[in-house]
Amino acid sequence: MIAFENAAYNYGGGELLSEVTLRLAPGSFHFLTGPSGAGKTTFLKMAYAELMPTSGHVTIFDREVKSLTRDDIAHTRRRIGVVHQDVQFLDHLPLAANVQLPLTVSGRKGSAQDLTDLLGWVGLGHLADARPPSLSGGERQRAALARAIIMGPDVILADEPTGNVDWEMSLRLLALLVELNRMGKTIVVATHDLNLIRQAKAQIAARVLRISKRRIQLAGADL
Amino acid sequence: MTLPPAIAAFFDNSRHADRVVPPSGHTAWLTTFTAGAMTFLCVFALALSLASGRLASRWSDALARTATIRLSAPPEQLDLQTKAVLALLSTTPGVESSRALSDEENRKLLEPWFGPDLPIADLPLPRLIEIVEGDPGYDGEGLRQRLAAEAPGAMLDDHTRWRRPLAEAAGRLRLLGLLSIMLIGTTMAAMITLAANASLAANAQVIKVLRLVGARDSYIARAFVRRFTLRALGGAAAGALAGIFGVLLLPSADAAGGFLTGLGFQGAGWLWPFVLPPLAGAVAFAATRRAALRKLQELT
Repeated sequence: MIAFENAAYNYGGGELLSEVTLRLAPGSFHFLTGPSGAGKTTFLKMAYAELMPTSGHVTIFDREVKSLTRDDIAHTRRRIGVVHQDVQFLDHLPLAANVQLPLTVSGRKGSAQDLTDLLGWVGLGHLADARPPSLSGGERQRAALARAIIMGPDVILADEPTGNVDWEMSLRLLALLVELNRMGKTIVVATHDLNLIRQAKAQIAARVLRISKRRIQLAGADL
Repeated sequence: MTLPPAIAAFFDNSRHADRVVPPSGHTAWLTTFTAGAMTFLCVFALALSLASGRLASRWSDALARTATIRLSAPPEQLDLQTKAVLALLSTTPGVESSRALSDEENRKLLEPWFGPDLPIADLPLPRLIEIVEGDPGYDGEGLRQRLAAEAPGAMLDDHTRWRRPLAEAAGRLRLLGLLSIMLIGTTMAAMITLAANASLAANAQVIKVLRLVGARDSYIARAFVRRFTLRALGGAAAGALAGIFGVLLLPSADAAGGFLTGLGFQGAGWLWPFVLPPLAGAVAFAATRRAALRKLQELT
């Protein structure tokens, strides 16, 4: 689904990631851990073609990212849902329109019932008409998750999705991600919250990738 | 007829697309105001151009195919020489018709300077003979030589020295008007481009969100293009109406008869100001689309 082969990323001030070789299999659940600034966000950005590897290869849905045109990248992103820690919305549109945005930009028209169901699933049914600036951190994260999955993506990449929310909300978000994984979605969650990882591993067969010294290693079951 | 894809898309689903661009911002009124002001100026430039064109045609038509013979002779020979000149003209190839102006016509010609009660019979005025040229015209130099032989006091004036500078001046004025329209259009395109660039830069975050959820550059560009085109169209419509109202307030040509009072539109010419808003919209469409696609290439 998404594969890295000897991929590296150099910001110009030195190599941030080196010799990354791994394959995200369909239906897998991965946590990505490492200290701040280790390259977790860079790895995720390479996984959705926001950044191109400075050397090596990254393949998304069997296509080498460097060969993708801008339109190809846009189409690829419709199959990948992304959730950021500092999630951004179009503040002049209500929440429902923001969640529907991936459908809007792809020229598809979703059903009102599906949207209502989705907002209800993430617990935001009562906030459909609210403007994003009025939402709390947890509500924004759940709205971002709803927006990320409305197109029915194959992969969901979440970058510190629980970074700005309390533990209770973290568990709620994790539950949503676990449920999505059980539906067959490939999930990658970048986090430094080891308690969250332990909580997840109690529920599903999640694997942990650790970034250390610019390299990504598969961690054992010791977490 | 099949519309080009970019234009077809503009009328297709971009009604939804432009919602993704925040509706407010300083570029909104800047675009509307620029389009309005430029179209207002354009109406006057157009009026100047059309009036100059009419003037050039009128002067050319009025003077091009006529000439005048001024006959100065002692009073007792005047009628005799007039007859001789008319006889000569009647046998001159290229002269369609000729006639001597009556005293009444001479009085009318002099009336603006000397008033209506001029005792014209007591004045030693030359006799004026009007010639209407045929097609093809006469040989001017040959006619002058024959007049010198038959009627030494006759002078041929073919109006060339009047006609050429007037027609040239009117033609240049018309060109100036057209040049002004082109400059106004180019300035409007430049200002809308700047406004579009400013808007795109100010909405970098919006663009980032749109790209994250899978929007193609053409979709994002279309959102901005539609927004700017509609603003320009609205501003240009208001500017055109204000310009038309301004032209209507100018004194009519008949009242004073001067060139400046003849500025305005006549007949089908009134349709031209209504072409300006769609034209401004087209300029805004092209300028914004170019700016948007270029800016989106820069924003990675």
